Amino acid sequence: MIPGAEFIVPAAYFAAAILFIYGLKGMSSPVTARQGMIWAGVAMLLAVVVTFIHPKVEGNYGLMLIALISASGLAWWWARIVAMTDMPQMIALYNGMGGGSAAAIAGVELLKLHSGQAEMVPTTLLVASFGAIIGSIAFSGSLIAFAKLQGWMRKTWRFPSQQMVNLIVFGITILLGVIIFFAGPNPFLLVLFFGFALAAGVLITIPIGGADMPVIISLYNALTGLAVGFKGYVLEIPALMIAGIVVGAAGTMLTQLMAKAMNRTLGNVLFAGFGKADEDAGGSETTGEMRSIDATDAAIQMAYAEKVIIVPGYGLAVAQAQHKIWEMTELLQSRGVKVSFAIHPVAGRMPGHMNVLLAEAGVDYEMIHDLEDINAQFPSTDVALVIGANDVVNPAARKDPSSPIFGMPILDVDKAKNCIVIKRGQGTGFSGIENLLFFEDNNRMLYGDAQKVAQQLIAGIKSLG
Amino acid sequence: MEGWIALYIFMLAAFTGIEVIRRVPAILHTPLMSGSNFIHGIVVVGGMVVLGMADTTAEIVVGFIAVFLGAGNAVGGYVVTDRMLEMFKSSDKTKDKG
Repeated sequence: MIPGAEFIVPAAYFAAAILFIYGLKGMSSPVTARQGMIWAGVAMLLAVVVTFIHPKVEGNYGLMLIALISASGLAWWWARIVAMTDMPQMIALYNGMGGGSAAAIAGVELLKLHSGQAEMVPTTLLVASFGAIIGSIAFSGSLIAFAKLQGWMRKTWRFPSQQMVNLIVFGITILLGVIIFFAGPNPFLLVLFFGFALAAGVLITIPIGGADMPVIISLYNALTGLAVGFKGYVLEIPALMIAGIVVGAAGTMLTQLMAKAMNRTLGNVLFAGFGKADEDAGGSETTGEMRSIDATDAAIQMAYAEKVIIVPGYGLAVAQAQHKIWEMTELLQSRGVKVSFAIHPVAGRMPGHMNVLLAEAGVDYEMIHDLEDINAQFPSTDVALVIGANDVVNPAARKDPSSPIFGMPILDVDKAKNCIVIKRGQGTGFSGIENLLFFEDNNRMLYGDAQKVAQQLIAGIKSLG
Repeated sequence: MEGWIALYIFMLAAFTGIEVIRRVPAILHTPLMSGSNFIHGIVVVGGMVVLGMADTTAEIVVGFIAVFLGAGNAVGGYVVTDRMLEMFKSSDKTKDKG
């Protein structure tokens, strides 16, 4: 053992804990966010490096290096090459890995306990088992969320008495945990225990879809934090406890904020789901018909408008249309049209997702408005241009009590004098709910890929001179 | 670790987490989620400790998985967050809001 390690290691962990909190604090403002992250990165590096001389670490250094380098390389490479629009699923993926890591740590601890090399007081065993369950659920759940957002697993999957099955699987997991607690772990029990915990994560996530996806990712993020905190207790590394619990608490708050933005409770997201209502929702009376408009007419309508509000959604992200839309906005502004952007709290797949994309394109912060700020402005707006957004502008949330999204705050684009919806096809949105907006008299559909349509709109506006 | 001290750490860390996020504007919610995702990547340290203690093949395999997944969490989380925040850098107008 390296002399002084008994002091150096905890001291470095302590410094890392301070830097993590400082870094996270920095993230409350766009100005200090990047710097905060750099400090947190330094903290991580420091913590990893000193762990090589951790008094409990006795060997396997080579394997450690191989795992560290290969995982870092792969994660770095993939995080670099993915498109900005795919960031939400990358968060889900990396979060899942953290949960899996926490679960694997619990696995080693329980194996050690089985072989009699480690002793655990009952509290420690309890915390270790809890961490194992939470970590496993966050792992498998996040991976399912990743697969869904990535498009590898599109449909939300439901079967009869799903909640009952979920409950039973979760119950068995807890029961196995209790058996391990009293009878002690053995490899067979452990495999069953982790198997059921992983299955629970899968089962909880498969019926969830649409706008609920970000909420569930945020929840898993909080759960991973909690699992990491528990591992910190078991391994007696307070820095892990602090970092984990801080993330767990912050993540829980964030999850609540997101659920609130959709006027739903967390329990509602998890257990009621958009699920059951999906099939019925298709039947909600849709009077009238969808009318389409071509890009030239839409361009004329906007070019001669006084006030235009642009409502971006996931379609904008998919089509990578943010730069074209900003170009169009600048053209409209040069013609004296007042343009603003309205962003629903859960537009896209994450809160703030649209803001990030618009910031990338260079859109001025002053032009971007929240739901509360802008909703009163729609009646005095000439054209509301909806780009690839669907559920967040569906008036069914106000009008149709039988709709699964009834009560969710929406952007009142239907109150604008004219509404133009850019959309790829006639289908329903991610949640599968029919959008009443498309059948309104003042609404026109502009079919096509958002980027191509934006290009056509730009050409249309330019041709007016 | 002494149980009560652990509970105190738990409680104080939870309050810190809540306070840290309380005044965050909606535009930073995604970067913040991503940033906190990076921070729980510290679990890699726990993975290293258990791999360092592992003796049997089963322990070594599971420990290796713990380090691998933890390192992926930390590095991937960092790069994703950094790429998001990179976008805020370009516009100087960001300073008056925040």
